[in-house]
Amino acid sequence: MPPELCVRVDGVEIQVPAECSVAAALRSAGFSSTRHSLDGTPRAACCGMGVCFECRVRIDGVERLGCLVRVREGMEISRDA
Amino acid sequence: MRELRTEILVVGAGPAGIAAAVSAERAGARALLVDMQAEPGGQIWRGQWNKATDPAARQWLGALRASPVETRYGLRLIDLPAPGLAVFDGDSGPLRVRCERLVIAGGARERLLPFPGWTLPGVFGAGGLQVLAKNGWPVAGQRIVIAGSGPLLLAAAATLRGLGAKIVRIAEQTGWRDLAGFGAGLLRHPRKLAQAAGLARRLAGVRYRGNTWVAHADGDDRVRSVTLASGSHREQIHCDALAVGFGLLPNTDIARALGCELRDGAVWVDGHQHTSVAGVYCAGEGTGIGGVDQALAQGEIAGCAAAGRAELAGAALARRRQSDRFAANLRRHFVLRDELRRLAEPDTVLCRCENVRYGAAATCTGTREARLQLRLGMGHCQGRICGAATEFLFGWNAATPRPPLAPASLACFTATSSSENPPQDPT
Ligand SMILES: Cc1cc2nc3c(=O)[nH]c(=O)nc-3n(C[C@H](O)[C@H](O)[C@H](O)COP(=O)(O)OP(=O)(O)OC[C@H]3O[C@@H](n4cnc5c(N)ncnc54)[C@H](O)[C@@H]3O)c2cc1C
Ligand code: FES
Repeated sequence: MPPELCVRVDGVEIQVPAECSVAAALRSAGFSSTRHSLDGTPRAACCGMGVCFECRVRIDGVERLGCLVRVREGMEISRDA
Repeated sequence: MRELRTEILVVGAGPAGIAAAVSAERAGARALLVDMQAEPGGQIWRGQWNKATDPAARQWLGALRASPVETRYGLRLIDLPAPGLAVFDGDSGPLRVRCERLVIAGGARERLLPFPGWTLPGVFGAGGLQVLAKNGWPVAGQRIVIAGSGPLLLAAAATLRGLGAKIVRIAEQTGWRDLAGFGAGLLRHPRKLAQAAGLARRLAGVRYRGNTWVAHADGDDRVRSVTLASGSHREQIHCDALAVGFGLLPNTDIARALGCELRDGAVWVDGHQHTSVAGVYCAGEGTGIGGVDQALAQGEIAGCAAAGRAELAGAALARRRQSDRFAANLRRHFVLRDELRRLAEPDTVLCRCENVRYGAAATCTGTREARLQLRLGMGHCQGRICGAATEFLFGWNAATPRPPLAPASLACFTATSSSENPPQDPT
């Protein structure tokens, strides 16, 4: 098994792969979206490189792009930032 | 606000920026290299920092490790309030950098075009899914369709297959005649030819179709199938992910914010990679799409020139000429077809951030009206995605970037001299 670490997503503690981006960790944990658009449809990472802003989440209280930030033990992530 | 001083600031730690910073130090100057990603490597060398498998990546990432270049990651350039002053925002709070000369090495982004279903989770850029997967996005066992245009489709397919994905189709919109022409052009580039042969090996057995493009994607909470078009023929394919990219576009926001001259959508540079603005250099895909060899050659030249030792870049000059020919071959043979202008339907979202639909945008006369009336391009991505689309769809000019170049935290505005510009409304 590759190493894992523990983060909280929307208040729930989950195990995610240690060597990945926040966006990848969310997908690995089974979340298919990171936010909802103005009309309520789900959206998720698209460009992978900090351009589209679809992967944005709140990390330890600050809005960040999930595709650019690496997971860290104990991170608090909330979707629909 | 934290502040650093350096002689040469290099923004972007892809192949071009790494080569520029390392070469500047070798030429006797002090350089600071900053990137918004968590590690150096840019797009092509994502995930190679700790385990480089690519020989060029091993060479240049090794050179960067061994050099005295100062580095900062997780920081995005958001403002250039005065000559020689740059403001970054990131995980660790804002950072201000004072420099004597600037090398812009911000690379390229993918051109994404709207089609029904393109906003579904599970629909990505082609290089987009590739770089996500390089940073751990799970693709093993997934059925993936790749579509769009350009050699990046093949590179993405090879990476994804290597990570255990099942590539069920690659749909290239360019016709066979141009694909053959591009292939023939590669004969003059032994390195590219070897790369192409390697890709062909890694993609053995995958179905590759020319003259074929995406018509629409369908799904519920995520994508479930894609319908491909070729002439009047339609084919529906079930998939877990759809990766669609219509070629690469030079990132010019930083250069434009500084007033650098553009030509054909790319930053204009002279033989020393110097832009039209004194003390500002540009290297890599920002000057035009030409691949990693071009980025490395231009980076070396820019680094030496910025250090005042342009004569040290001799060998890189010949390599730059070679890759210029490759870039021209690429431009000539991957021209987007007209049908791609008619994929979106009136209710298809065009501006993903502000949910502006194609039908509404099509009634406007240009970028300015669409911004004022509909807020098109006014959301988080600041028109980086929809601006490229409206340029292709309607022939509109992109809006001139205004600071901040990306949504930034308030702390960034407390101590910059451009603080008369309030942070843009992020909603
Ligand atoms: C998604 C994608 C995938 C690609 N995959 C391949 C591939 O597999 N094979 C291949 O041959 N070519 C690939 N390419 C083409 C590739 O871009 C070039 O071959 C090569 O990486 C170009 O190098 P560069 O240094 O010019 O740009 P890049 O490698 O794009 O590096 C630019 C760097 O600048 C940083 N940056 C941009 N703006 C800012 C800012 N405001 N503040 C801080 N940092 C900033 C970015 O984070 C990035 O790391 C890909 C391109 C894209 C867009
Ligand atoms: S996926 Fe586009 S910004 Fe992260």
